[in-house]
Amino acid sequence: MMINIKNIHKSYFTGNNSLHVLKGIDLTIEQGEMISIMGASGSGKSTLLNILGILDVHDDGIYYLNGIRIEKLNETKAARLRNQYLGFVFQSFNLVSFKNAMENVALPLYYQNIKRKKRNVIAMEYLDRLGLKEWAHHLPNELSGGQKQRVAIARALITNPKVILADEPTGALDSVTSMEMMDVLSEINKKGITMVIVTHEHDIAARTQKTVRITDGMITEIIMN
Amino acid sequence: MFEIDKWQEIYSTVQKNKLRTFLTGFSVAWGIFMLIILLGSGNGLENGIKENFKGGAINGVWISSGVTSKQYKGLKTGRRISFTNEDYKMLKTAIQGKDRISARLFLGNNLTSYKNNYGSFFLSPCHPDYGYIKEVEILDGRFLNELDILDFRKVAVIGEKVKSELFKGRDTVAMGKFININGVLFQVVGIFRDFSRNDNELRRIYIPISTAQRVFNGNNVINQISFTTGNATQEEADLMISTARMMLSNKHTYDPEDRQAVELWNKNEDVRRFNALFSGIRIFIWIIGIGTIIAGVVGVSNIMMIVVNERTKEIGIRKALGATPFSIITLILQESIVITAFAGYIGLVLGIGLLELIARNLPPSEFFRNPEANLSIAMGATILLVVAGTVAGFFPALKAAKIKPIEALRDE
Repeated sequence: MMINIKNIHKSYFTGNNSLHVLKGIDLTIEQGEMISIMGASGSGKSTLLNILGILDVHDDGIYYLNGIRIEKLNETKAARLRNQYLGFVFQSFNLVSFKNAMENVALPLYYQNIKRKKRNVIAMEYLDRLGLKEWAHHLPNELSGGQKQRVAIARALITNPKVILADEPTGALDSVTSMEMMDVLSEINKKGITMVIVTHEHDIAARTQKTVRITDGMITEIIMN
Repeated sequence: MFEIDKWQEIYSTVQKNKLRTFLTGFSVAWGIFMLIILLGSGNGLENGIKENFKGGAINGVWISSGVTSKQYKGLKTGRRISFTNEDYKMLKTAIQGKDRISARLFLGNNLTSYKNNYGSFFLSPCHPDYGYIKEVEILDGRFLNELDILDFRKVAVIGEKVKSELFKGRDTVAMGKFININGVLFQVVGIFRDFSRNDNELRRIYIPISTAQRVFNGNNVINQISFTTGNATQEEADLMISTARMMLSNKHTYDPEDRQAVELWNKNEDVRRFNALFSGIRIFIWIIGIGTIIAGVVGVSNIMMIVVNERTKEIGIRKALGATPFSIITLILQESIVITAFAGYIGLVLGIGLLELIARNLPPSEFFRNPEANLSIAMGATILLVVAGTVAGFFPALKAAKIKPIEALRDE
């Protein structure tokens, strides 16, 4: 089991109001699985992804990532785990605007204290794999949406993570590019990397092996595609 | 920590906000500039005033006769006190612990010539010890000695300027030549330079006091007695001075409290007073300078806050990719230190440059000379800059470290 969560609860507090977002989620994701999480906005799917990504902490329940218990980590430890095990792909790409494509891809390796030259060589390999070698020295604002997302995927892949967490990866892309992106993600998945994709598009979800539907903070349905 | 990536990042953020960075840097540069100018000017003032203390041993005591200003034992005011050789002998034997002692006669400027070269020079008859008391620096030959006094020798020790004005052209050798002072021939036995390098001091001629009394005014009058207190402590020196005061007032019958009848000037006391004054001025300057720099630091801190706000998203991305809070702190701190240090360094260089310009082009005056910022000031300012940069970046860096990636990355 790559990811194993049991009875995860999460509430947000704003002033005197509390919002119970996740109401006891149980989910097991095997290594090499590609699953999608679907749900209406406010259903808690992004919160779940943040907890899986150790970007947020759960209030209650148990979370094992690759056999490691994720609980009450300090920020430094959390950062190291994210760097080591996880790759992120976001809807708005989240590239660093003043760094070119290669430097963006190389950034996670910087936090592994890998030398600049070596980092850039590795980054070029990944860009090449995603067909962006010629664009390596372009800044993000010189790239198209699809290209930006490929750069972001290359960046997520460069640390050789166990899991890639994608939050609406096709949300900002047209349908043709979206399908291309799913081809890229499936390709990566075939190499054994576990993939969790949050989406609200059915044709995207249909490309995954399993779709988990969340309604009001609870898993209501698991569909095998 | 100081990896090329961070330099590149600093460069790119600076590039993106040139004007803002310039204004921030300017406030720091200005602070350092002002501090250097103030400190340099303070030094200039100090050097100027201290120049007046030069050309005389620091432990010198100078006694000059004057006019009484107080009635004493039935004697009216306005009596002129005049010293004679007896006063000199009396003080010489009576003051315990003194080091050197000399009397002087004031003869003013005298027409002096050598062959066809003429000049008017200040004639200063004295005892051999005067060379020590005045810290005369002999360039050639010797100063006066005891035999000159005892034998009433007609010998002269002349200043550098006297020599250059009287011995020109082919006759540049002064030693052993006879110069004519007011119609009397004196043989040059020494050439001196005064420690102060002051023109007036270098236009002097020292001759034996005994000779001067015999040839120029025919009696035993002297105008000034000076002595040094050697290694005496302040209390011992004060005792010597009060002994001298008591003895002279007894002998010449004037009120020992009368400061105008006989003036006693203790150089050491003045030096100490001025030192206290200047350390006060220096503290004042540092307070103003540091105040100016604090204003600059607050500016940098403000800018860094804005920078952190603008970079919230980027910092969130970095954290998601595995940046530890520590690496974020060093990122912001380094940027702050670099901006402060770079701008401050420019201010430092400009300040020192301006001081150099002033020092070169402003003629030294009695109150101001050689404004300088020495190495220790520059070092102090540099350390101050790094500390200032750290302080300026500290709170913004802390803020950056606390940024939560999910909040930073939330899609609007």
